[in-house]
Amino acid sequence: MKTRAIISTLAVALAMSTSAVAETLNWARAGDSLTMDPHAQNEGPTHALASQVYEPLIQRDMAGKQVPALATEWSTDPNDPNVWKFKLREGVVFHDGAEFDSEDVVFSFQRAMSPDSDMKELLSSVKEVRADGKFGFEIVTDGPNPIMPANLNDIYIMDKGWTEKNNAVKVQDFEGGEDTFSAKNTNGTGPYVITSRVPDSKTVLEAFGNYWGKGQFPLEVTKINYTPIKNAATRVAALLSGEVDFIQDVPVQDLGRVGEDEKLKVITAPQNRVIFFGLNQGDADLKNDNVEGKNPFADVRVRRAMNMAINRDAIKKIVMRGQSIPAGVAMPPFVNGWTKELDQIPPGGAEAGKKLMAEAGYGDGFTVTLQCPNDRYINDEAICQAAVAMLGQIGITVNLDAKPKAQHFPEIGNLTTDFYMLGWGVPTYDSEYIFNFLMHTKGEKRGSWNGTRYSNADLDAKIVSLASETDLAKRDATIAEIWKQVQEDVLYLPIHHQVLNWGMANKVDTTVSPDDRARFKYFKLK
Amino acid sequence: MFRFVGDPIENMLGQERTDADIDRLREQLGLNDPFIMQYWNFLSDALRGDMGISFRQGRPVVEILVERLPATLELAFVSAIIAIVVGVILGVYTAIRSKGFVTNLILTLSLIGVSLPTFLIGILLIYLFAVELNWLPSFGRGDVVQIGWWSTGLLTSSGLKAIILPAITLGLYQMTLIMRLVRSEMLEVMSADYIRFARARGLPERTINFRHALKNTLVPVITITGLQLGSIIAFAIITETVFQWPGVGLLFIDSVQFVDIPVMASYLMFISVMFVLINLIVDIVYVLIDPRLRIQGAA
Amino acid sequence: MERFRSFLASDFFYAFKRAPVAIVSFCIAAFMILTAILAPLIAPTNPFDPSTLNLMNGFTAPFSKNDFTGDHFLLGTDDQGRDVFSTILYGLRISLFVGFSAVLFAMVLGVSLGLLAAMTGGRTDAIIMRIADVQLSFPAILIAMLVFGIAKGITPPELRNEVAVWVLIISIGLADWVQFARVVRGAAMVERQKEYVEAAMLIGRGRVAIALKHILPNILASVLVIATISLALAIITEATLSFLGVGAPPTQPSLGTLIRIGQGFLFSGEWWILLFPALTLLMLALSVNLLGDWLRNTLNPKMEK
Repeated sequence: MKTRAIISTLAVALAMSTSAVAETLNWARAGDSLTMDPHAQNEGPTHALASQVYEPLIQRDMAGKQVPALATEWSTDPNDPNVWKFKLREGVVFHDGAEFDSEDVVFSFQRAMSPDSDMKELLSSVKEVRADGKFGFEIVTDGPNPIMPANLNDIYIMDKGWTEKNNAVKVQDFEGGEDTFSAKNTNGTGPYVITSRVPDSKTVLEAFGNYWGKGQFPLEVTKINYTPIKNAATRVAALLSGEVDFIQDVPVQDLGRVGEDEKLKVITAPQNRVIFFGLNQGDADLKNDNVEGKNPFADVRVRRAMNMAINRDAIKKIVMRGQSIPAGVAMPPFVNGWTKELDQIPPGGAEAGKKLMAEAGYGDGFTVTLQCPNDRYINDEAICQAAVAMLGQIGITVNLDAKPKAQHFPEIGNLTTDFYMLGWGVPTYDSEYIFNFLMHTKGEKRGSWNGTRYSNADLDAKIVSLASETDLAKRDATIAEIWKQVQEDVLYLPIHHQVLNWGMANKVDTTVSPDDRARFKYFKLK
Repeated sequence: MFRFVGDPIENMLGQERTDADIDRLREQLGLNDPFIMQYWNFLSDALRGDMGISFRQGRPVVEILVERLPATLELAFVSAIIAIVVGVILGVYTAIRSKGFVTNLILTLSLIGVSLPTFLIGILLIYLFAVELNWLPSFGRGDVVQIGWWSTGLLTSSGLKAIILPAITLGLYQMTLIMRLVRSEMLEVMSADYIRFARARGLPERTINFRHALKNTLVPVITITGLQLGSIIAFAIITETVFQWPGVGLLFIDSVQFVDIPVMASYLMFISVMFVLINLIVDIVYVLIDPRLRIQGAA
Repeated sequence: MERFRSFLASDFFYAFKRAPVAIVSFCIAAFMILTAILAPLIAPTNPFDPSTLNLMNGFTAPFSKNDFTGDHFLLGTDDQGRDVFSTILYGLRISLFVGFSAVLFAMVLGVSLGLLAAMTGGRTDAIIMRIADVQLSFPAILIAMLVFGIAKGITPPELRNEVAVWVLIISIGLADWVQFARVVRGAAMVERQKEYVEAAMLIGRGRVAIALKHILPNILASVLVIATISLALAIITEATLSFLGVGAPPTQPSLGTLIRIGQGFLFSGEWWILLFPALTLLMLALSVNLLGDWLRNTLNPKMEK
């Protein structure tokens, strides 16, 4: 009897709640946020959730354009190129009712720059942050930094008082396994408040009643149920059955089915991420090949031949079901420095590639191992499989070693792979970011993702010079020079730019943002 | 051992990590220590009830396990019940009507059930009942009610609906096993002398079948079911992945992918402890059911 | 061997002739094993040779023509443009090889340990059976995942694909030996009490000789039954491991890997990529299971009256 009573009261409660929340959006994606501390992890799904709750000074809208958030205006100090000045928004309150002012911004930036913060690399050029009155804020850099604002989109602002009161001034030492108040509780200025959360299971967000942006943004979604669903088939099934309204990662093969469903639709847009292969061209001999005493990849003709052999159109058509943009350069089209000419697909094809191989003295081909992640990029393993077949046509026998990202990425970092797949997103929308990580000689501060063993002192010097070049025209010219060199040396074999596929119920009205970030305050509901 | 699963560092640092960051973090996590020392540290902490902190969630592992455990135990419990009830009923039926068409059908169907991998059955069930028919949810636990630290989905209608498909998927193999076991034991017992005597005495078939025959088949059934409970919990890894069931199995798969060493180690320890517990319980139940063992024990 | 042959010629074969289910499942299983062995001769293409593949053939439906290349495929092609029919034949080969080898490994390990336990008794027996208990409760897939992880870590990358199959065999075998050990030990204990064994002991035959020459032939029937059922289980375990990402490599797929790949296309309308490998696996496992069932009933006539 008692359980029956409980069930019936629950049923009533459920019925009431469903009728009252017509603006609920059920959201699912593959992964969950790792922590609620906004400075502890610089990671996609973590920031995706944090950005609903916390806000930066400058944010990107759904088109990827920088728009004011907690700062309304910003510019460099006309008298000192090393200083960026920000005018802060007035009348903003945190979720607990506290007022937002420059004190919070200074505090949050200092917190984001502290040793345990995962965001400090984005602020590595910052020498000092200071308040300029109650609603003014200044960043002093160690040299002129023309692209500073691009680094601020994920630097979230916390309330100084709340943080101090709850003993959360120090950033959660995530790697050290620290458990802090800020890792489980939030108090931002953002449009949504987290009302309940069980990590990896379910998070509920509700609209913040005193949000400053009321009237400026649609804010039609008032409640969000967020569930991570790991298995792709299950995720699609949940969308097809109407249990969720919005999933960010529809497998490309299921786009047709989702699109055909009369209750659902798919919208796509190019993502700010390029997929490519890296080749060990610096070592004298390869470990994972069958050529003794020589490195076939060191010969630029071999690299060119491989670049020709990869049939990007076939990969697009079959593996990606049309959902990719074939690439000729390891740089997404959104990035400053990208040109159509650079992104031209290398002409040739398998026949020309074969000739080049013969010219280089590898007419009989050779054997090498390609290492691939199988849980990181869209259809990563299938792309590698296709590449194995294509390279087979110019005589290169490729063993495929596909494994989870946790095993794949260390091979690049530890230089134990000779031929690997990697994808690169560019949050700053600028070439310098790519050069720093992928082209510069591998060293302490730069080149940490450069697994090619490529080292060019002249190129390194040019890359370093970008950071402090204030003349934007001159800077762009240097960027173009660097790309020219990189393309000539066939540093990477670009495959394609990824395309984002968001599947949703017809009632949801939004565009796809190039950084795969769903900003729910911009969502409209029909 | 866990070294080979991968390196947690890459998952813990973002794209912007430098080589210096990697070295610093390895040192901090003690990953540069010799393996024996890492293992010793884990063991000595575990004995004090401290299973460490999850690399992925940044929370104490014990807290995460306690949060996830009810989901898995409820799922295992419900599928064990389904497996036992349906298995025993079908087993008895196919033993009593050992030659009929229905019996052959049931036996063949049950073999089809175990001739396909679990994950495929799960996905097919989702496809049929969630996507095509729209009767049952495809993922998760539905609404849960918190009773102390225990969260249960068995008290809400959405929770009950949500458990049906995963429980069937998980219990199918054990159900077949129990059914076949009951059937063969029943057949064996039915040919025993005392059953013939019972029949000769003119006892009704029903009494013979259930009071005498079934009761005597229960001992091996309980042993096997008990021992299978351990593998139910382990096989939950697959079912939980397919149905996004937020239990410890899904946690384990997540942690393997992330190389979350403290969670992996704790999960394996948990499975071992479960094994000891289950064996113990089976032994106790065994004694309770089989009076012969009791006498032996006393003597 | 002589004994086994006469055994086949007698009651056993008579029973077989009278059991249609057994005949049909035996024929299906034998046919599948044969096609697997002869795969290179039967299959129209070699799906394991990547240089012969044309990606543009991808997703061709069964019995129809590819739009770009005009090629025909009996059961269609998969996402890499591989002929599904050929892939199934080669996949069957790998699945059966893994299955048979794993069962053989488990059988040799289980039978020897079981015999050892039964013949020596005492502490050796206790230790072996304790290990068996632990092993039994420690789920097969977890063991396989651990073995797989370790093996992958210690082999150089260029060998990983070749090693993968052997690792599968060892890890599935390691998880399966307990069944054999338990049954063999039990049966051997019973046999040991019998007069012929005591007689053999009296005339001074060694324990190993007794175990192999006298006890083993008498428990062969039970071993055969377990082996048959384990074979079906091993093939399915391999498929499950593949779902967890620790199965055969995608460039040399087993049936399980094919199903894992195919399930991704369940919603998208390319049903043939999943259906045909799944049907093949179902037919194989079902016929082996039915055969095992029949074997058990026939060799243990007490059950079916």
